[in-house]
Formats: sequence, structure tokens, C-alpha cells
Amino acid sequence: MTELVDIATRVAGWARDGEQVEAYVARGKSTEVKVFEGDVESLSAAESAGVGIRVVTGSRQGFAYAGSLDADVVAETLAEARDNAGFATPDEHLGLAAPDGVPPAELDLWREELALFPTDQKVEAALELERLVRAGDPRIRQVESAYWGDSASESAVATSTGIVGSSRRTTCYVSAYAIAGEGADTQTGGGYSVGRAPSDVSLGVAAHDAVDRATRLLGARKPASGRVTVVLEPRITATLLAILAGTLDGESVLKGRSLFAQRVGEAVSVPDLVLVDDPTDPEAYGAARIDAEGLACRRNVLVDGGVLQGFLYNTYAGRRAGRASTGSAVRAGFKSGPGVGARAVAVQPGPASPAEILASVGDGLLVQSVSGVHSGVNPVSGDFSVGAEGMLFRGGELAEPVREFTIASTIQRMLLDIVAIGNDLERLPSSAAGLTLAIADVSMSGV
Amino acid sequence: MRRLAEGSLVIDEAVLQRVLADALRTGGDFAEIFAEDRRNSLARLDDGRIEELMSGRERGAGIRVVVGETTGFAHTADVSEPGLRGAAEAAAAAARGGGGGVRTVALSRVTAAAPNAVTVLPESVPKASKVELLRRADEVARSAGGAIRQVSAVYADGRRQILVANSDGVLASDDQVKTRFSISCVAVGDGGMQTGRESVGATVGWELFDRYDVEELARLAAARALRKLSARPAPSGAVPVVIKSGGGGVLFHEACGHGLEADLVGRDASVFRGRRGEEVASPLVTLVDDGTMGPEWGAIGIDDEGHRAGRNVLIQDGVLTEYMWDWLRARKEGRDSTGNGRRQSYQHLPMVRMTNTYVLAGTEDPDEIVRQTPHGVYVAQLGGGQVNTATGDFVFGMTEAYLITDGHITEPLRDANLIGSGPEVLRNIDVVGNDFNMGSPGTCGKDGQGVPVGDGQPTLRVRSLTVGGTAA
Repeated sequence: MTELVDIATRVAGWARDGEQVEAYVARGKSTEVKVFEGDVESLSAAESAGVGIRVVTGSRQGFAYAGSLDADVVAETLAEARDNAGFATPDEHLGLAAPDGVPPAELDLWREELALFPTDQKVEAALELERLVRAGDPRIRQVESAYWGDSASESAVATSTGIVGSSRRTTCYVSAYAIAGEGADTQTGGGYSVGRAPSDVSLGVAAHDAVDRATRLLGARKPASGRVTVVLEPRITATLLAILAGTLDGESVLKGRSLFAQRVGEAVSVPDLVLVDDPTDPEAYGAARIDAEGLACRRNVLVDGGVLQGFLYNTYAGRRAGRASTGSAVRAGFKSGPGVGARAVAVQPGPASPAEILASVGDGLLVQSVSGVHSGVNPVSGDFSVGAEGMLFRGGELAEPVREFTIASTIQRMLLDIVAIGNDLERLPSSAAGLTLAIADVSMSGV
Repeated sequence: MRRLAEGSLVIDEAVLQRVLADALRTGGDFAEIFAEDRRNSLARLDDGRIEELMSGRERGAGIRVVVGETTGFAHTADVSEPGLRGAAEAAAAAARGGGGGVRTVALSRVTAAAPNAVTVLPESVPKASKVELLRRADEVARSAGGAIRQVSAVYADGRRQILVANSDGVLASDDQVKTRFSISCVAVGDGGMQTGRESVGATVGWELFDRYDVEELARLAAARALRKLSARPAPSGAVPVVIKSGGGGVLFHEACGHGLEADLVGRDASVFRGRRGEEVASPLVTLVDDGTMGPEWGAIGIDDEGHRAGRNVLIQDGVLTEYMWDWLRARKEGRDSTGNGRRQSYQHLPMVRMTNTYVLAGTEDPDEIVRQTPHGVYVAQLGGGQVNTATGDFVFGMTEAYLITDGHITEPLRDANLIGSGPEVLRNIDVVGNDFNMGSPGTCGKDGQGVPVGDGQPTLRVRSLTVGGTAA
């Protein structure tokens, strides 16, 4: 860890007069075990490291990265970032983050026990998961894949403007994808379990989810088209929230690309909705001490009582908007500069259990999976159309399974059409947590 | 025109042989070194400014050792002999070596014709020229009218030099240069905001811009966003759908391409398993996957396992003739790879992937196809898609579409997904046009790995396809 901080600090120290330099240094170790039909199909052990360097000079910015921490490569990368800056358009709002006095939350996201967990136990976990799925139901025809995965990643960021920060985390997961068959009918379902340490991971939960999701869709038909109330399972709600959070990125707002621009202070949803991005919550999968520019992550309320409270900002977007960063800089590893994004979005849970929600809605569609989110959701216009699978329900009771249809509305309307918020907050391996959410008047397109 | 010179990725043959021997020391059946040197550069214009120039360099090697049914894999950014031997030992340990012993490997070079020659290496083009390209595009897009509120454009190039050596004696290398450009516009009207996008890319250098005029692309993207301002919600339900030539190759990529990948077939995760020799599509459909199709986006000289790219007919006149194979799955079946073993980078294991996947032209006049459709949806541009290969259900997004009324293309429609069952859609293709075109460059994601792929098709009609809009 100190080695990464040393490298980042050294690079930041190479800034010339009138120049700002930021170095983001990352290193990771990961293992992935994939099993199939009782054998290890592949075992990968990987270590990678790299550096991303940002230079701001004369109000211009350049960036370069390299997948190596060798001293000569790092020096070349800085030179390349400098050269790149020369071709960018000057912008007075550009500049690196500077210490803002906000202390990072005390979060311990690193579990030493992962390093001590032997490879043969990872292999055994993946094999056991496959066995559990296969034994879960006689209709499980095949386990397409069963995985163990883990990673330990560390990063440091330092700037010539006084930022020095570091963070590290461990993650473990198991996942299985089951294929169920009955007669000529085939259906699939996935299950997973995620944690920071091997002991957090539950093979039983992952296996049960995969089996249940695959088998309950057997016999599914394409439904008739019409308007329905949809009840989203927690993982579908998390998908929706991640899309919603993307529209609340302050940079998109400034660039006229957010459908919520100019709407701060207005009601954008039903009054029950409270939406918060809180990476300081230690339970959140996306919990983080510092953001991608080295500022402390903080709790940001996005929607309260249905009223839009504000947007997320990194340093650049904040300056341009005439306000401070919200500690929301994110980056996709060392290969990119800092953008803006949420890490730990969650809706404040409501009073009702999932069963109570089904009962209160009466007739509708329970959505258990969606597809085509990247192709059917336009975050600029708000058009929302995704493929779906799930169960119809009547009189609050689950009825027949359905598949090969879409559900569609707009992001704007869906927020206003929320009819129930569940009490079942579920932490998911995503930038958003899930809970059961019911939305009325959604178009279901089938036959 | 010239062949690219052998790049900077040179590893001595004797070193390769020693590393392979090391990898097999604990009894592997097969060992492979995949070394890669990759350089990327990107320039992004947004909000009227050249916001970012970015360049990156990555280099390393992935080593795989196969013992029985198990593959061990390790990678390193250190391509020196000690670095490679360290990774070889880690991969061998991961594969749980069995018998042990010493095997020597004699390497023989595989030569493959480059899919096309690169005329102007992007790294030789001044950054100022790349930036200038973006400025011109921005200016033209904005001149399309005051309703165009925002424009972003990206220029990017990449050069990927790879070297593969394995214990079957294969020694091969390739130098893959790709260049792309895209532009996205946001238009604002009474009904809110709309978007229009155009993107082009090919396995070529800077000469991409001899083939495409960025100003024309900018006009098209802006016009698309403007037209959509008056778009009405797409229908909800099953209707006849006509897909414009070049706009919808992703339909076949999703409807059957993935389901014809031998790894998924082998896992019983494809509706096309066990169906070779059977009629799986309308007799009008002949589907090809062609890595040799230069200069298209998915073209390669060799695949990432050192095998020559191939032109493989997957469906001939509606009959399933062949799956796509990588080395590992081909070995199980005692047959040859089809040159479809690909990987995102040296940090990944190869698997079966498409290259350029397309449907051959038919005989019908495309305008006549529309005229003969009393009512339906005309899709001029598709976005991405997704498929569940085990059930065959797939979705794909439409980013430019119109209603067809009485055989005429009429009102524009808002974005939506379409959904169908692959096998049913293939059978429901009832007319195929004579106007073949390749579509936009794509990145295909599978098991977390992205690789560049191309697709193409002529104008065609699907008798019935579910459109996921909101209009009753």
C-alpha cells in the first residue's frame, strides 16, 4: 500500500511550475475458478497494476495510462499526458481536487482472511455450489456455469495540489447459472452471493436462487399485451436505480443531457420516495472512503419527499456549477480519468413486505429479470423499454410464469407511478441496493 | 499499401520454447503463450470543447496450461524470460499438473494473409489532425439547427500486436490496427430531448476517413435527433417489422450468432444444440461469420489462439451447417478450430467469439419490401442487443424507426426494444432484399469480455416481431 502511495506522490511531485499533476495508481490480485460437470474447467490467477496520470496546464487537460508501474513507463506516461494536454480546449473550470477538510469515513473494506484462504477451498466451494444447484430440483438439466471469484485491490491517488489518499478492498463471490428443463421447455436462472470475506459468501443462497429462478419459469408463455402494475424484485429495482442515478450526474446536467436539469426543488416522484447515495454506509457494496480524486466520499440526498434535492459532482463539474464536489468522482480503473457517478444508491424502505405489496396490488406482474437495458433505455429522452421475465399474479397470489415480452414506460412517469415501496432492502453487487417496488400503468408488450 | 512491419513485440523463439517447456514440466497436455502489446489513443469532443485526449499502453502475456479438462491460466505484465517463466509456473500449478516429465516444443510459424493493408498508421498522424476532425463534425452538427443542443464526438484508434506460441508447435503473430469515429447529438423540442448517433469503424488506419466523411456523419446524426423530436411512442405488441440494410445485423448476432458458438452448444446452453443439418431458418437465410472480411471491424489475420481467420458458413439456405469453434472445444470433438478463439486482452482466457457476422443478400427490391407491407414498423437503425442462448429469447434496441402505413414509411417512433425468440424469428423472415450493407462497429460482450465485431444484412422483413413500445 505504502508503495502505491509513494509512486503516486513521486509522480505528483514531478509537476512543473504552473502545472497540476495527478497520479492514480492501482494494483489488484484476483482468482477465478470456473467448474463444469464436476471438473475444474479453468482456474485463473491474475495480478495487474497500472497508473493513470492527469495533467492540467494552462487550463487544458490531458490524460494517459499504462499497465505497468515500472519507473521508465510511469515517466513516459506523464510525458504523454502532458503532450495530450496541449491539444485540448482551455476551460477555466478545469483543475485537480484540493483537500477540503472533510475526513473520510472509517471503513474497513479489507479482509485479511482472504489472503489466507487456500485455492483448493475456492475450488471446493465452486464444485459444491454446482452440486447444490444440480441437487436442488430434478428439473435442473444442466448447470451452465458455477464460479468462485475473489479480488483484492488497492489504489492510491496523489496530486500536486495536496491530495494524498489510498483505499483498499477485498471482494469474494460465488455465482451459478442453472438450466431447467421439462419436456421441450427450457428456462434459466442465475444466483449469486457476494461478500468481502470468504465467510460472507453463502453457497446455499446462490444455489437456491439459481434453482428457484430457473424452475419457476418452466411453462412460461408469451403474455398478451396490455397495461399492468409491475412489482419489481429487489435486483430489478437496483437496475432501475442505477439508471436513475446516472441521470442525476451533475456533468450531464451542465451539458444539457439530463432529463432532470432545472428541476431541483420540484416534485419528480411520489412523495414517499427518498433516494440517497451514501458510500459511507459500511453495509453498502459500493462503500468507499475516498472518491476517485481523493476526496472523502459523503452521503448525498438526491430525492427527499419526492422532491429533487440536487445532483452529484466531481471537482470539475462542481466548479463549473459554482459549487463544491460532492465526493462523487468515479473511474473505471487506472485507464480512465475521473467522471461523475453514484456508488451506493438506495431508496429508504417503506412499510410493506413483498407479500403485502402483492396483496395490495392484487393483479399484476412480478418481474424477476430484465434484458436489453443498454439497448432499450435512453437516459436522455427517458424512454424505458426492456425485455422481461417473471410471474403474473392475481388476487395477490403468484399465478403463471411469462417470458418473451417487454415492459415499457418512461423514467419520468415511472417515478410518478410508484404505488408501493417494500421494506426488504437488499444489498446487491451494484452501485444501488434493491427492494421490492411496485409501479403502475406500465406497458407490457407480448402477443 | 504496405504490410505492417513486425512490431515491437519480439520474443526470442528460444525463450518461447523454454517457457513452454516450463509450463509443461508438471505434466500439462498443452501450453500456450499469448503476448500482446496494445496502444490506444482517443480524443473526445463534448460541449463544444476538445475535452480530453487520452493515450494508453499495455503490454503483457497470458499463459495457459491444459491438463485433461482443466485449464490453468496466469498472466503477467513482465514479458522478460523470468516474468514469462513465473507466469508459466503459476498457470501449470493452477492446472494441477499430473504426470510430469520434459517435453520439447518445436515451433513453426503460421502465416496468414492480413485481412487488409493499413495505409496510414494512426500513430503517425498528428494529434492536431484528429482534433480537427472532431471540430469539423461538431460545427456541422450544430449548424443543423438551434434545436441541436449538445454534440459529443469521439475519435479513437488502437494498435494491437499479438504473438501466440503453443505446444502444438504453432507460432503466429498479427498486427491489428483499428480506427473509429462516432458522434452523438441531443436535440430539444416541446416533447423533451431526443438523441441521434452515427458511428463508423474499420480494421484500417487513418484512411478510414477516405471512406467516410465525418461531416456527412454529423449531418446524419443531427438529422436523426431532430426527426425524433416529433416521434410518437412505438407500438406495443407483435407486428411485421422491416429492417433496413446495414441497420440490423445485430438481429442475427443475437437471434442465432451466440447460439452457434460451440462452447455454449457444448454446455447444453443453446437452442441450436444437436441441430446441424436441420432447417433452422427460412430458406432465404444464409448466415456467414467471416474474420477474413477486411477491412471490416471484426477482421483479424489470426485469432487469439494463433489460428488463421476463416470464412465460415453457419446457415446455408436455412439449414444449420456449422458452429463456430475455438481450439479447446474443437479439440474435444477431434476437429479443427474455425479461427473463432478470441479474447479481450492478455489478461483473459480465449473463448468462442464471432468476427464479422452477416446474412447474404437476397433478390427483392428493398423499396418493394416496404410497399408490400400494409402495416408495420420500419427499423432504420438498431442499437445493441442481448440474448439468452439457452431459451433463445433475445432483445435488441431500435434507435431510428418509423411506422409503415399502407406500404409507406410514415411517422418516426421513439426508442424501444424489440423482443423475439431466435428460432421463431429466423423462420419468420419472409423477404430478403438485394441491398447488402455492413452496419456500425460493435463491441460484443460475453462472460465479461468485450471484443470488436462487425455485422451486416440486406433489408429484410420479419413477419411478426414484438415491439416494446407504449402505444396501445
